[in-house]
Amino acid sequence: MYTIVQISYLVATGLFVFSLYWMKDPKTARRAVFAGVAAMAIAIISTLLEPGIVNWEWIGIAIVFGFVVGVPLSRVPLTAVPQRTALSHAFGGLAAGLVGTAKYYLWLYEGPDQLTKFRMIAITIEIILGYLTFTGSLMAAGKLQEIKWIPQRPVTYKFQNVINIGLLVVAAIFGILIIINPIANSFFFPVIIVMALMFGVLLIIPIGGADMPTVISLLNSYAGLSAVAMGFVLDNKLLVTAGALDGSSGLILSIIMCKAMNRSFTNVLFGAFGKAQTMSSDVEQRAAKTETFDGAAQILEQASKVVVIPGYGMAVAQAQYKIRELYDLLTKQGIDVKFAIHPVAGRMPGHMNVLLAEAQIPYENLIEMDEINSDMPQVDVALVIGANDVVNPAARNNKTSPIYGMPIIDADKAKMCFAIKRSMNPGFAGIENELYYADHTFMLFGDAKEVISKLVQELKGS
Amino acid sequence: MRFRKYFLLVTLLLFVSDSVFAASGETQSSDFFSMLFVFVLATFIGLGVVTRVSRLLHTPLMSITNAISAIAVVGSLILTGSDYPSYITLLGAIALFASMTNIVSGFLITDRMLKMFKTKENKKP
Repeated sequence: MYTIVQISYLVATGLFVFSLYWMKDPKTARRAVFAGVAAMAIAIISTLLEPGIVNWEWIGIAIVFGFVVGVPLSRVPLTAVPQRTALSHAFGGLAAGLVGTAKYYLWLYEGPDQLTKFRMIAITIEIILGYLTFTGSLMAAGKLQEIKWIPQRPVTYKFQNVINIGLLVVAAIFGILIIINPIANSFFFPVIIVMALMFGVLLIIPIGGADMPTVISLLNSYAGLSAVAMGFVLDNKLLVTAGALDGSSGLILSIIMCKAMNRSFTNVLFGAFGKAQTMSSDVEQRAAKTETFDGAAQILEQASKVVVIPGYGMAVAQAQYKIRELYDLLTKQGIDVKFAIHPVAGRMPGHMNVLLAEAQIPYENLIEMDEINSDMPQVDVALVIGANDVVNPAARNNKTSPIYGMPIIDADKAKMCFAIKRSMNPGFAGIENELYYADHTFMLFGDAKEVISKLVQELKGS
Repeated sequence: MRFRKYFLLVTLLLFVSDSVFAASGETQSSDFFSMLFVFVLATFIGLGVVTRVSRLLHTPLMSITNAISAIAVVGSLILTGSDYPSYITLLGAIALFASMTNIVSGFLITDRMLKMFKTKENKKP
């Protein structure tokens, strides 16, 4: 029996690796899901074959509830995918935390000699990572869902970092005490759990919407690492490998996101981007030029190369289907329309790509920032839809700007630029955007969806 | 390189845990090291494979790794299914519910998103 279980775990590991490997191209990617499902089925069935399994009714109830909640969660609109992802990180963290807790108390009451140093280290890491991922991800999901009693704006207060780091250090000290003597110091265990839960909340409170892609990736990594720690506790290599795959994926995504914002991990977590808000008020009032929908439509018709730069505003307005209509009208007239995707546009990695793919825009027209920037001077019209910081030229020119050094899409280098925006309010980071005052930039004020539908009407009418 | 910092950190942790073992006079199980080997190698494979993932697919990547890390279902199943005190069974059942939710919603939504990625040729119905 042991051999069969181990071999099936080995097969499952291999399938998981292939699953991630097939994500390299949209053409092979659907195979990835089949491989993943097959691996998971093998793992579950071979675990159920273990001789110790007797509580079938409990297993049945939990699995049924998992389906009852899981199926609706997979049917959410694609604009809600960041929240769903954060929520599932929370579930992952919760599962790891609960298994760690249960294992500790089981060993404590039924065989304290089983609580070896090695197991205690693994359990401590598992519960700290698991529970902080749980509350942290719940907070992130709440912020993304814009739940009323969770502040959307970054919340900062005096000694914030000192308090956060202090809390973690104290939890680590308690952790070491309980590792040294797991039986006598067992009362520290619930204390550590509470501290980890608190730390998760405090870690996410100072984080604003623009940092969400990085934070979600980081929480992804934590959820994976807590599964690894569970693998160490349960002496199960499948958990270790699958968790390591998830952990490294989260790590790479967070590194990509950090590079795309020119910031470091520590800066994202402890830098409190919100502080930048107070700096922008002293900029003198300048007028940005507006354009009528009629005029904008005419200019678009005469262009030969158009680049659309979407941002979070597009997701909020659910404008992707209207953009698709605009895309069809323009391409029918022989105009080359491309989409420029900044890595941190939206609220999670790849957010814009999924929304545009939902509207059936062929994915070869979705171009990465690095590739499109060299073409920008030849572009006739750059159409900025609900993006702000990712097209702000201050990142290139203004050394005092908080976003200086961040790679941007060079919308200002296009021959003409239209920016669709609800109002002149600065974006999430509260930074004034030079692009809107440039000579060749014209604003189209309004909700992204309404503005695009008006443009579509004008184009159809002419 | 950014990774250098992590390697240093891991080495440091190893030394600390090693000295904890030594101080406690406990014999190190060879299991610990075989697990560590598995973890480090799996991380390298993960880093290698994930860097090749298309940037178009970062959102589906995150939802599929989410489902994969719900492999915690294995641990939850053992806890729930075994003949343990009822509070352990309850904790296990909640963990099992959480992992099962991730598996179901993670794979389903990944597939739903991947279906949407189409090229010009196969775009037409």
